[in-house]
Amino acid sequence: MLRDITIGQYYPTESVIHRLDPRTKFLGTIIFVVSLFLFKSFWGFLLTGGFLVCLTVLAHIPFKYVLKGMRPMLFLLLFMMIFTLLMTPGEVLGEWWIFTVTKEGIYAALFMGLRLTMLVLGSSLMTYTTTPNKLTAGMESVFGFLKIFKVPVHELAMMISIALRFIPILLEETNKIIKAQQARGADFESGGPVKRAKAMVPILIPLFVSSFRRAGELAEAMEARCYHGGEGRTKMKPLKYAKRDLVAYLCLIGLIVGCIFIP
Amino acid sequence: MSLILDKINYYYGKGTAFESKALKNISLSIPDGEFIGLIGHTGSGKSTLIQHMNGLIKADSGNIYYNGQDICDKDFKMTELRRKVGLVFQYPEHQLFESTVIKDVLFGPKNIGLSQLEAEVAAYGALRSVGFSDDLIDASPFELSGGQKRRVAIAGVLAMSPEILILDEPTAGLDPAGRTEILSLLKTIKDEKGITVILVSHSMEDVAEFAERIIVIDDGEIKFDDEPRKVFSHAEELRKMGLEIPQCTELMSRLADAGFNVDRTCLTVDEAVASILRSAGRGE
Repeated sequence: MLRDITIGQYYPTESVIHRLDPRTKFLGTIIFVVSLFLFKSFWGFLLTGGFLVCLTVLAHIPFKYVLKGMRPMLFLLLFMMIFTLLMTPGEVLGEWWIFTVTKEGIYAALFMGLRLTMLVLGSSLMTYTTTPNKLTAGMESVFGFLKIFKVPVHELAMMISIALRFIPILLEETNKIIKAQQARGADFESGGPVKRAKAMVPILIPLFVSSFRRAGELAEAMEARCYHGGEGRTKMKPLKYAKRDLVAYLCLIGLIVGCIFIP
Repeated sequence: MSLILDKINYYYGKGTAFESKALKNISLSIPDGEFIGLIGHTGSGKSTLIQHMNGLIKADSGNIYYNGQDICDKDFKMTELRRKVGLVFQYPEHQLFESTVIKDVLFGPKNIGLSQLEAEVAAYGALRSVGFSDDLIDASPFELSGGQKRRVAIAGVLAMSPEILILDEPTAGLDPAGRTEILSLLKTIKDEKGITVILVSHSMEDVAEFAERIIVIDDGEIKFDDEPRKVFSHAEELRKMGLEIPQCTELMSRLADAGFNVDRTCLTVDEAVASILRSAGRGE
């Protein structure tokens, strides 16, 4: 059950996209997301969708794997689409009880659904092809200018990378706790919502206790190695732009220009 | 009461790019009142195997019979199996959650539908069986020492009166004294209650003294399933699997190789001492 969440998980393989500089991928994702909101006709989806398909093929990631990452979003997506469908005023196509379906509603719902899908797919492509460590290094560098305004960029990046690092560990631990309680006859599947919520307590408490313990141990281990924040800290693998990054930026500029001028 | 595993196969991450075979054609029969040591190094599949025994993991192929009933049958009650096959996981931290020790031990018996009174009788009995001191019964389980936590965790499962008690590395992280205490405790529980105890470990040392039967698992396959002395006679093969025979047995076998007239199958220090004295002509 918990193992099926693939959104934001690195897919280990070798490809041109994997080798791109994390800054390129991060800024590229922002450019892609912005360009999703620049066009007003369905032709735009052809352009951005084509772009996404090309990227996925270049990244050597199976389509099945990418689409699986959408599954946790499906409910939210449907919910928002149905609301938009029913709430947009305009030329009435059908009416039933308090619901009215309009031509504009159908358009708006389809537009929003497609946009959201592309948004999620595009940004998960970044996390599929970039290890969490590289990603935070990239973000640290991209947001580096905020240091002038006394924003603790390095510390935030460190916190994010630690949080990401611990997701799989905590998932595994949750699985183990669930099993340990099941072995004591705990039942998580039957009963009403209140009973089910109560059944979560034997899972959550051990999970919290162990998270705090892990956090404390990690902090001690970092202090033992004289960690004192970002000041004067150099990188073992500094980020360097290569030619392929230039090509990537050119493609991205092409995409955004295309989205602006599309009919 | 018996548990029979018939040609169990299990894959990790089935259907993904990371698929690998975790258990290969495992067949086992577990009778009443035996002390079994299940040995294998990290990643050999021993933890996966024991989770099949109480239905926490479903085999991809093969059958498990509990008292002659297939546990995959639709009308089979999984809660009954979980109750009769008690599984204590490696880290007590994974199951302790209540505010006091006694409340935590009560969790299991209450889950299987005992009344408050019955559950309390079972819980106090279980705490006594694991030698837990009475004055700590209302303490928070999080404030206990490692050894005490482990006792509470074992009591929590024992309170459901299982017929097979499986323990995953119950001595991990304990000091030598705590380790000896837990091991002899398990022996006492097994003798008093007549239940089967399966002790999972990566160390032969742990199981040498009490186990009547040792099952060695390596790379998802059962390599040996025999009485300890016979298993330990395969020292070379065990070493290849990353396992060591007990130091006592190792010492005696090296002495025998060097030409001393001693018994090379000794399992414990006492046996070894007796054998060496005998060969030195100092008698009993």
